[in-house]
Amino acid sequence: MSERAVPVGGPIVTPAFRWLLLVCGVGVIMAAWRFLAGLGPVTGLSDGYPWGIWIAFDVVVGTALGCGGYAMAILVYIFNKGKYHPLVRPAVLTSALGYSLAAVAIVIDVGRYWNIWKLPFAWRWWNLSSALLEVALCVMAYVIVLWIEMSPVFFEKWKEGKPGLLRNLALSVSPILDKALLWIIALGLLLPTMHQSSLGSVMLLAHHKLHPLWHTPLLPLLFLVSCIAMGYGVVVLESTLSSRAFRRRDETPMLASLGGVTSGLLFAYVAIRLVDLAWRGRLGLIISSGWLSFFFLLEMALFLLPAAMLLSTRWRSNTGNLFRVGMLVVLAGSLYRFTTYLIAFSPGPGWSYFPAVPEMLVTFGIVAFEVMVYIVLVKRFPILAGAPQGATAH
Amino acid sequence: MAVDRRALLKGLTAAAAATAAAPAVASRRREAPPDAVGMLYDATLCIGCKTCVVACRKANNLEYEPHSSLWDDPVDLSGRTKNIIKVYHEGERISYMKQQCMHCLDPGCVGACMMSSFQKREHGIVTWKGERCIGCRYCAVACPYNIPKFEWDKAFPLVVKCEMCSHRIAEGGIPACCEVCPRKAVIYGRYTELLDEAKRRLAAQPERYYPKVYGEKDGGGTQVLYLTAREVPFDRLGLPDLGEEPVPELVRTVQHGIYKGFIAPVALYVVLGAVMLRNRKKGGGHE
Repeated sequence: MSERAVPVGGPIVTPAFRWLLLVCGVGVIMAAWRFLAGLGPVTGLSDGYPWGIWIAFDVVVGTALGCGGYAMAILVYIFNKGKYHPLVRPAVLTSALGYSLAAVAIVIDVGRYWNIWKLPFAWRWWNLSSALLEVALCVMAYVIVLWIEMSPVFFEKWKEGKPGLLRNLALSVSPILDKALLWIIALGLLLPTMHQSSLGSVMLLAHHKLHPLWHTPLLPLLFLVSCIAMGYGVVVLESTLSSRAFRRRDETPMLASLGGVTSGLLFAYVAIRLVDLAWRGRLGLIISSGWLSFFFLLEMALFLLPAAMLLSTRWRSNTGNLFRVGMLVVLAGSLYRFTTYLIAFSPGPGWSYFPAVPEMLVTFGIVAFEVMVYIVLVKRFPILAGAPQGATAH
Repeated sequence: MAVDRRALLKGLTAAAAATAAAPAVASRRREAPPDAVGMLYDATLCIGCKTCVVACRKANNLEYEPHSSLWDDPVDLSGRTKNIIKVYHEGERISYMKQQCMHCLDPGCVGACMMSSFQKREHGIVTWKGERCIGCRYCAVACPYNIPKFEWDKAFPLVVKCEMCSHRIAEGGIPACCEVCPRKAVIYGRYTELLDEAKRRLAAQPERYYPKVYGEKDGGGTQVLYLTAREVPFDRLGLPDLGEEPVPELVRTVQHGIYKGFIAPVALYVVLGAVMLRNRKKGGGHE
């Protein structure tokens, strides 16, 4: 019923690709500097602000941007909406890339990276009360799960390729994978449910350092709802962008009906947020928190605006409108997460944080690398659905 | 009333976040271990001579930290300073403040640390083990007193904080800062005896002291206790108002509510798999 996915084709190295390569190269040099000199000279971090953009953006926002695969899998496999199936592969690819590069950011960020290998193996040392431990273990496992979910894409291509090691591997592993895939996909639904909510629980320990507008026992629930909404937002963006960039048929009707689900999630988020504040008797803080009030109101506006826009079926069947809404949804969730980890976090008087230039360059490099790998993979492997419209002609 | 509402909210959270979660069991305040030791700092006795800062450097092999001058003048706790004397002044009023690890009864860092690098060990002293630490710095996020410090300028950094001279205590000694203090402004002893002593001073000279022992209940209690002058409340000295609930209590309630016995995740996994199997049989939309 769904169209077969086919490689886009075309040359890999375009002028845009060269620019990405440059940004990525600068990031690699900055990361090398960090490993030689320590975190201090390269970042704006301090003992008061021990976490900066590498955690708040690359990991906390980055993995939520990588929730497209999770959000689509919920629809297709749990709610059995098979019509969305063509969106799953590209969504899982962005997820696999997003999570893998969040893992790279973690390795760059942690100070004593040589001990990381002990995390999954030294189970006797595990502190089961630590929400961060759960995040770490689940993210590690989920990266593996995502690439297994992606593996049929590679096997499909290799099966039809030249006889050799890759072809033999594809032929022998594929049947086993077909049988196990259902349980692997189920794992791919369980793990993000666990670690995306736990990413919220992590900040419960920040206690009085996190502003009460953001510090609530409902942090895990809010992080979960926001990451699923962001997942749909990312799918909309990714789909419209790639249909533009690679001149393929756009998926507007499918994305438009996705909009209904997203709208519901966004309204649910705002409702939970406000009911929680009312319940805790903190509604007054919405206007009395100075510049943090601004961030709270901005967050509410960013959630409500796309939620309201998506209510109109006619309005959302326009590709341009959909793209703008996708943008807003992604911004809304990103702002919420970024605020919870950085802006609303205050260790006390005398401390401040702003990312240092090399620190930002590492983040840019990671994003550039992600885009590069995406381009290479969709051009060479069967990921995007539908017939290419002259994309191979130039 | 407020307490009831809070407990109810926690229960609701756990239930909302995981449908199959077992109800959270409210845990009570941690008691000090029976062999607990501690320190009592009386800000009204301290003259700010910083002898303790020097003694701490020697006892813990810490480098000097010259900032603006030739001599040792650390401005805050850091990767090279585990103990510091600060000064608070407002008009005529001056008070000194000694900062080091508070050795909480139920510490945020211990609750945070993924690999149990931070542990509450003999005598309730909170220590750090490097072989387990990956340097994620969640301890620093979780500590309400901003105590764990990171060696930012090193390629192979350590996490540094006061361990109450546990190496000296193990040999029958006492923390260096307490040993050298010429005014006995900071004293070392058994936790319960120090608490009694602090209360005795409060009762004997109510006009001298702010009417509270900081650390008796704050953040679930700390093994380092503080007394301050009547006119200088604790928040002026940088000791935050944490309430009586231990810092890791909320996250424990939520996480244990969701993950108790790991039943909820396993149940969710089985349900997800079953739904997908059913969908596949119904001829749903996958390859």
